[in-house]
Amino acid sequence: MRPAMPLPSVLVENATAGLAPEVVGKVRVSDTQLYLDGVSVSFDGFRAINNLALMVAPGELRTIIGPNGAGKTTMMDIITGKTKPDAGEVLFAGRVDLTKLDEVAIANLGIGRKFQKPTVFENLTVFENFELALKSARGAWKTLLGRLNSEALDRIAWALDTVGLDTKVEDIAGSLSHGQKQWLEIGMLLVQDTQLILLDEPVAGMTDAETKQTAELILTLKGERTLVVVEHDMEFVRDLGAKVTVLHEGSVLSEGTVDHVQNDPRVIEVYLGR
Amino acid sequence: MRNQLETLAKPRPLLDRKGWAAFLAIGFVLIVLVPLLNILPGRGSALHLSDYLIPLLGKYACYAILALSLDLVWGYAGILSLGHGAFFALGGYAMGMYLMRQIGTRGVYGHPELPDFMVFLNWKELPWYWQGFDSFPFAMLMVLLAPGILALVLGWFAFRSRVTGVYISIVTQAMTFALLLAFFRNDMGFGGNNGLTDFKDILGFPIQAPSTRIGLYVVSVIVLGLCFLLCRFVTQSKLGRVLLAVRDAESRVRFLGYSPTAAKLFAFVLSALLAGIAGALYVPQVGIINPGEFSPANSIEIAIWVAVGGRGTLYGAILGGVVINLVKTWLTGAAPELWLFVLGGLFIASTLLFPKGIVGMVGQWKAWRDQKKAYALDDKAAAQKGAE
Ligand SMILES: Nc1ncnc2c1ncn2[C@@H]1O[C@H](COP(=O)(O)OP(=O)(O)O)[C@@H](O)[C@H]1O
Ligand SMILES: [Mg+2]
Repeated sequence: MRPAMPLPSVLVENATAGLAPEVVGKVRVSDTQLYLDGVSVSFDGFRAINNLALMVAPGELRTIIGPNGAGKTTMMDIITGKTKPDAGEVLFAGRVDLTKLDEVAIANLGIGRKFQKPTVFENLTVFENFELALKSARGAWKTLLGRLNSEALDRIAWALDTVGLDTKVEDIAGSLSHGQKQWLEIGMLLVQDTQLILLDEPVAGMTDAETKQTAELILTLKGERTLVVVEHDMEFVRDLGAKVTVLHEGSVLSEGTVDHVQNDPRVIEVYLGR
Repeated sequence: MRNQLETLAKPRPLLDRKGWAAFLAIGFVLIVLVPLLNILPGRGSALHLSDYLIPLLGKYACYAILALSLDLVWGYAGILSLGHGAFFALGGYAMGMYLMRQIGTRGVYGHPELPDFMVFLNWKELPWYWQGFDSFPFAMLMVLLAPGILALVLGWFAFRSRVTGVYISIVTQAMTFALLLAFFRNDMGFGGNNGLTDFKDILGFPIQAPSTRIGLYVVSVIVLGLCFLLCRFVTQSKLGRVLLAVRDAESRVRFLGYSPTAAKLFAFVLSALLAGIAGALYVPQVGIINPGEFSPANSIEIAIWVAVGGRGTLYGAILGGVVINLVKTWLTGAAPELWLFVLGGLFIASTLLFPKGIVGMVGQWKAWRDQKKAYALDDKAAAQKGAE
């Protein structure tokens, strides 16, 4: 596993540009990479997300845990524009209102997402999957006439190496193992040049060895990128050693170190019998 | 690995060597050999290609372009349009309007400007939308604009509202049905249910003359070849991969920052243009365009050609368009009552038994043959081992 490639710092600078002097606790909103406040969404009267507040700093690694149906995936849907919240504020880099944008615009801001169920383009090769993810012109004409430059190839080579798919370049993505598909999807986020990466259960279905490797990979990215990782596997969460947010019934139940949340009586109650 | 990536990143060729060889060989046969066999041997000769076959082959070329156009949107972008017959018919009507204006005073009523049906309806002057069609370049522009703009507007609303799957099929069926009803009306000014016919000449050449027919046939084949290469250019580009990605996982494409709307709109409009061109080439060869071309069943038939030929391959669509129409020509002569059953049967068979069409079956057969060869070699090796 190689160290992450340096990123253009423009987004990080924007995050600290200090446009809004609003201060929450000790943190200025404008200093956050991701900021959610008072977010609620209902499906047919059922409140999947309920007055949710979350703040993630630039370069931070955050893990989110919570029982099934807690609203973790729905939270990612809201951040990436798939679901519009009924109420609340969702800001990227402290100033971009994500509730006003669609999925395409949000992706182009530099927010990438790995889905709970691995979704790669099964009929395309590993290389072609990377080619599509690559940060480059996305218009119909540009893609009709576009060519890959040398820098783009560097990125792909680096990502292939980082996620360990360098011997599978020309394989059809559909032929990869479950774990490899997960990695391909993570690799696509790397070449997509995303500042904020959302990973929904990235080690589901992986072997123990693969899980360990994934944790290592995520740790190398920490600091370079902002990562929000949803996971059930407590061993994995422990390996990441990051701040943990516990979601329950659509809002934050507890937040802190792994030990802190595991000893929180409210968390124990929610997970009781599990 | 870097070398491998460099190779993969190279722009992809339109066709590989074998592909070009086949393309040129087929082109030579269709463009050079077929006309020569019609012209050179005497009528009694066994080599003589009968006159009636030329416009028939020309018609097949038009159907092939139409099938190709549907494959671009269905096979690559996952848009099952059941309204491509409408784009074909609009191109055909634009060409028909040019041909009507060429008749001049040679019509039954001998009016210098108005087509016969307008005189018959007691119209006094040419409606505004018939202006300009006496000019061939203008008419050709309309061959592209009429289907192109319709596709742009319909696609814009449908794709932006994320109308996909079976719903887009229903919307496009409704579109062609609405146009069918509209073009049936006499007061639309397109000749009502008789449509446009009795054409005399095209670009000054008498439309019935054998030499004109050969010319139209050759142009149709050349245009088919060019359309095929154009579609290859699109599908071999990165846009082609974006379209495949949209077909397989549209929402995932959005999260990568591509607008599926733009990619689909591009494919849909380009496809409608090709269908319009096919219609324009078709009309002078069959000598008539009427509202029947808008019938929803026609559009469904095109989808069957593509499904039977093998979608997502381009040449499969061409093959399907030609083969099914060959069968149709033969059956409608030999046993017309059977045709619809055969068509329906082919469709059901292609969905249930050979979902990848004729092209896919050939691929499967090849794989099976190679496997058999490999087993045979294994057996031989084993037998030799046993003998030692
Ligand atoms: N589009 C939707 N329509 C209706 N209910 C939904 C929708 N998306 C999520 N939900 C409901 O919201 C709740 C939270 O789901 P989800 O965010 O997937 O939970 P998690 O990812 O934490 O397991 C669940 O009860 C789920 O059934
Ligand atoms: Mg979930």
